Amino acid sequence: MSHEEKKMKPIWYLVGWMLLINGVLIFASGIYYFFNPSHYRTVLAELHPSIWWGAMMLVVGGIMLIASRKATVD
Amino acid sequence: MTTIELTFIDWLIIAIYFAFVISVGFYLKKYTKSENDFFLAGRKNSSWVAGLAFLSANLGALELLGMTGNTFKYGMYVAHFYWVGAIPAMLFLGIYMMPFYYSSRVKSVPGYLKLRFDEKTRVLNGIAFAVMTLLVSGINLYAMALVLHTFLGWQWDVSMWASATTVAVYVTLSGLMSAIFTEIMQFFLIWFGLFLVSVLGIIEIGSLDEVFRRIPPAYGTLWSTSADPSQNGMMVSWAGIALGLGFVLSFGYWTTDFLVVQRAFSAKDLRSARMTPVLASFFKMAVPFIVIVAGLIALVLANDPKSGFALLQDGGQVNYDSALPMLIARYYPSGLIGLGVTALLAGFMAGQAGNISAFNTVWTYDIYQSVINKKASGTHLLWMGRVATIAGILISIVTAYWAKSFPSIMDYMQAIFSWVNAPLFATMLLGMFVRWITPNGAFWGLVVGMFSSVAMFLAVKFNWIDPSIITLSSVSSDMAANFWRAWWAWLICFAVTIIVSLLTVKKPDEELAGLVKGLTPETAGTGTHVYSKPEFYAILSLIVFVILNIYFW
Repeated sequence: MSHEEKKMKPIWYLVGWMLLINGVLIFASGIYYFFNPSHYRTVLAELHPSIWWGAMMLVVGGIMLIASRKATVD
Repeated sequence: MTTIELTFIDWLIIAIYFAFVISVGFYLKKYTKSENDFFLAGRKNSSWVAGLAFLSANLGALELLGMTGNTFKYGMYVAHFYWVGAIPAMLFLGIYMMPFYYSSRVKSVPGYLKLRFDEKTRVLNGIAFAVMTLLVSGINLYAMALVLHTFLGWQWDVSMWASATTVAVYVTLSGLMSAIFTEIMQFFLIWFGLFLVSVLGIIEIGSLDEVFRRIPPAYGTLWSTSADPSQNGMMVSWAGIALGLGFVLSFGYWTTDFLVVQRAFSAKDLRSARMTPVLASFFKMAVPFIVIVAGLIALVLANDPKSGFALLQDGGQVNYDSALPMLIARYYPSGLIGLGVTALLAGFMAGQAGNISAFNTVWTYDIYQSVINKKASGTHLLWMGRVATIAGILISIVTAYWAKSFPSIMDYMQAIFSWVNAPLFATMLLGMFVRWITPNGAFWGLVVGMFSSVAMFLAVKFNWIDPSIITLSSVSSDMAANFWRAWWAWLICFAVTIIVSLLTVKKPDEELAGLVKGLTPETAGTGTHVYSKPEFYAILSLIVFVILNIYFW
């Protein structure tokens, strides 16, 4: 293992992973409920907030992950 | 019956959060090799990392729930806590106070008191801070279990022990570094998990203008009804807001409370440390777009019988803290519910981690090393920090069970801050800016200031005196009384410190170099570009602050 690999990853990298994973899960659940509507309908359910909010988290998380993938904390 | 039902996907999101923060603790442990790493996160954080952690240490779930509920109750006046009650103090810390804190290389706020004054002032403040922090940590733990029990039906014991154990694991492993990492995760979780409530609420009602159109006029203003306390829901005058909240409580908390200031100490250099509260101020001004907007949306919906929206009732009393959870239950489908609950959990746990990481530092340096074991090595102090973390968590759990059997303790949370922080701000202000303030002046000022604050609280509580003597008004709320008590405690500490200083011996100037204005080199960088100076961003922040106050006047 090289010296570079031992350096600490920045917080943005970990936040990126967290947003990406949550975004994927929320987006996927939104898609699922789009085709299999829940018996319990929330207000504004017709806007399918899980789909666009989950997608936004996924994109933001992905950008943070890509931008910080090579960064380390000195 | 519970308000919010969780599905598999919600539980999965919550479980991932727990796994994530514990993994972060283990990941960071290999970078936590010295006491400096454990207590000050290695002093290598950028201003962005330190700034977001600085803000997040204060942005607890209890505050989010409480402030949303308070907005339902008092209207826009609650925004004072985020604007006049925070921004001037944060900018003052960054521009004027941080050079003394950071340049002296102290590890804690009581550590500064030791250098500027003497050991007894440091120990007095260290003990007061440690007791306050553990009390607040325990009460927060109880509050978290109460919220989770009320809205999700979770068992008290499971909630308290699961969250406390998780916090204990990651803070014990990697100290302030893991606390800061989880605070920043919490920041993103809160914005992504809760801001959507405001977005969907505005979509349902029509527009933000429509929200303001449908609330009582006095609920949509900041200052225009502050001349007469009886004209606003908070029953407080502009003087109470400006002197009590805007000056003493705000400056006392943001400039001297080690819980938040510790985040700035973790910055990699003086400029980053000064930028920490300045950057945080921009995000602080944005928090009302979650809590205030959500509170006003809840108010509009509750006043509209066709909406079918109502807050929970506890024994015939409206539970104002239920405003945010009820909006989450109204708008969030499965998946998003898990995210919203995780955001609240993250807020509680990061708040507790913040308290514990501040406690273990003050205990280790300002009480243990200062009084019990003066010759402790760095390795021993690192070990003691870990022991203090576990002990602090256990004491918090005991306090939480005590609070459960004595729920009215919750009412004293705000009062506790005014007992410790309000007088301390007078001591700090005089200590940093007046060179002839003496160690005995500071010590006795603090003692009398704290004592007077507690005495005023008890005197009103047990009807020994009329509250109007303190609030200068025939009508007032508990919140107004807090503001005014903080002001008097500050003034008493300020006056006693000056009087005793005039009668006692001051420290020689050479011992005060770097600690007091006039004996410290000016920090405003010469030759650096104006856009890289903290002062430039502080002015920008101040402009936004003024615009917000005028717009919502």
